[in-house]
Amino acid sequence: MKKLARFKGGIKLPGFKSLSNQAPIRNVVLPEKLIIPLRQHIGEAATPVVEVGQGVLKGQLIATSQAFISAPIHASSSGRVVEIGKHPVAHQSGLAEPCIVIETDGNDTWHPDCHVDRPVEVLTSDAIRSTIKQAGIVGLGGAVFPSAAKLKPTRPIDTLIINGVECEPYITCDDAVMRHYANQVLEGVLILRRLIDPVEAIIAVEDNKPEAIAALESAIDRFKSDNRGQVNTIRVVAVPTIFPAGGEKQLIKVLTNKEVPQHGLPYEVGVVCLNVGTTVAIYNAVFKAEPLVSRIVTVTGEAVPRPGNYKVLIGTPVEHLLGQAGVSNLDMAQLKPQLIMGGPMMGQTLPHAQVPIVKAANCILVKNYSKQVMPPSMPCIRCGACAAACPIQLLPQQLYWHARGNHFEKLEHYHLADCIECGCCSVVCPSRIPLVQYFRYAKSEFRDHTIKARFADQSRVRMQAREARLERIKREQEGRKARRRAERKKKKAADQPATSTSHLDTTKSEEKKPAKTKQASVG
Amino acid sequence: MIAVLILGSLALLFGLVLGYAAIRFKVEGDPIIDQIDARLPQTQCGQCGFPGCRPYAEAIVNDQAEINQCPPGGEAGMQALADLLGRDPLPLNPENGVADDGPPKVAIINERTCIGCTKCVQVCPVDAIAGAARHIHTVLDRYCTGCELCLPPLCPVEECIVMVPVEQDIQSWKWPNPEKPGQSAAA
Repeated sequence: MKKLARFKGGIKLPGFKSLSNQAPIRNVVLPEKLIIPLRQHIGEAATPVVEVGQGVLKGQLIATSQAFISAPIHASSSGRVVEIGKHPVAHQSGLAEPCIVIETDGNDTWHPDCHVDRPVEVLTSDAIRSTIKQAGIVGLGGAVFPSAAKLKPTRPIDTLIINGVECEPYITCDDAVMRHYANQVLEGVLILRRLIDPVEAIIAVEDNKPEAIAALESAIDRFKSDNRGQVNTIRVVAVPTIFPAGGEKQLIKVLTNKEVPQHGLPYEVGVVCLNVGTTVAIYNAVFKAEPLVSRIVTVTGEAVPRPGNYKVLIGTPVEHLLGQAGVSNLDMAQLKPQLIMGGPMMGQTLPHAQVPIVKAANCILVKNYSKQVMPPSMPCIRCGACAAACPIQLLPQQLYWHARGNHFEKLEHYHLADCIECGCCSVVCPSRIPLVQYFRYAKSEFRDHTIKARFADQSRVRMQAREARLERIKREQEGRKARRRAERKKKKAADQPATSTSHLDTTKSEEKKPAKTKQASVG
Repeated sequence: MIAVLILGSLALLFGLVLGYAAIRFKVEGDPIIDQIDARLPQTQCGQCGFPGCRPYAEAIVNDQAEINQCPPGGEAGMQALADLLGRDPLPLNPENGVADDGPPKVAIINERTCIGCTKCVQVCPVDAIAGAARHIHTVLDRYCTGCELCLPPLCPVEECIVMVPVEQDIQSWKWPNPEKPGQSAAA
């Protein structure tokens, strides 16, 4: 077995995982309304293909897109479309995005084309790829990159990595998936092996999840005893628990000792990396013809009476899910807890609990405000702890100064764009400077600055084009005038000898008349 | 005598090299105008008193204008010009209008009241209005710089062309500055 590498930086964090990984996966009572955003993935937003008032069935396509980097959206349950419009979505800003609102009928009836067994052995690779694309499957680890775009790499792949690392504290949804759906994970990996034909396939799990590792290994043994020899190339590898080992580039470094180039994608170093939840979603799409309409979500936090992992339909309001976990609306009103979608390190604070669960929502973390009062930050003492902790090997301290001063060239020089906002620097900072907040702020300022500069360039070009056009029109007009004048002069000159013999003393106005009559007579 | 000859011939040589370089590497136009123009917001609104951003840049170079006459550029734009030209920063000249710190705006034409007079089409500095005589006009919002040149009194109809703020979405949303918490990042 190959020795594992180690990525630079990273920190050890307390896990808080046992809060939510003790109970089995629970189902959620069907909510009355499902609010399904049209942009739940990286890339183009999908366009609705249903109308208000139309009845839909579970798994029915409700929005789609032609773009390569995009994903279609499906109805998560049966019912009626009651609204297509803007709704607040799970984002720090609390801004509204276009959503399709479905009033559920309570029957949860599958569309006839979905939820049926499919003859997987006879399907061609391209048919499987298109099934995955049409099932709206995106990376469920949090980055929501459309998975289908990863499955036709343009160069040979050495390693297929199934990411079950889940390095953020509190989150256990991938842990639950591996424990309860180990068979489906393996079936999914076998499909992926068929599609991208790697030399080896690795399921990576952090060593703080022994149950998940055991479940996967016993599933591999079962497959072997069923004489399914293809599982021989699948290995389960325990990786050390260091945050952020679950980051795609960090995990690739640990497992293969290869570094994904800056701005590059994993396939460039011969690696394809998918999350375990995504793998199970691929299994469901290919074997059961089920599009991605639900996901496992961890609901956790010290304030939650029934923390655990829930199977949640996409579009379920967070408030409904919290109700299932024992957090009542009254608690919400009284305690005003902080709601975080994702983990405590990289998650986003939700504006309120009315936003829907989306494909990216791996965890809803409920934190009591009263418990944590952040002491104010102190000046930077230039200790360099942030640089030692940075898994990307950036210089957070330098970035911090330049972010405060909005020095865009400097920020670019120090590669601000490569920051993955993991939060290691903020955690280790002895002065408690919220470095990640600065970097997020600077990134959005930088983006805004770039957009404005591009718009200014566009306006300049359009202004110059307009000036050139006006100039050209003026020139043409003058040219036409000059030509007409010249013609008139010529005509006059031609007329002169004819008229001069008969009407020697004619006035100017009379001069024209004979010219006209002459023209007419010639015609 | 030798020294004079050596120095003289050196001077001649350098003179020839410099003379050749001046012809060979001649810079067309005035690069400082381009640099100023690059720092102006390209709104082409004419609030500075010149018919566009480039004419204003030329006027600054020819000492016909101060660096504080561009309200869309705001304080930051004036500071950028001061840094570039090595001049002292000046407060923005209120005669040229006030800087609008709100969200960016674009013009929108009310199709019900538009009479198709083409006045706005002719004045738009970036050709962001499409329309023909006695046909409804419309603003191509992705090109509109928000210069407000097309607003009444140019537009003969009341409440036909109005400015509306560009709607903010998640893609254009900005994280708040950690040093000024509570302040929304709408601007």
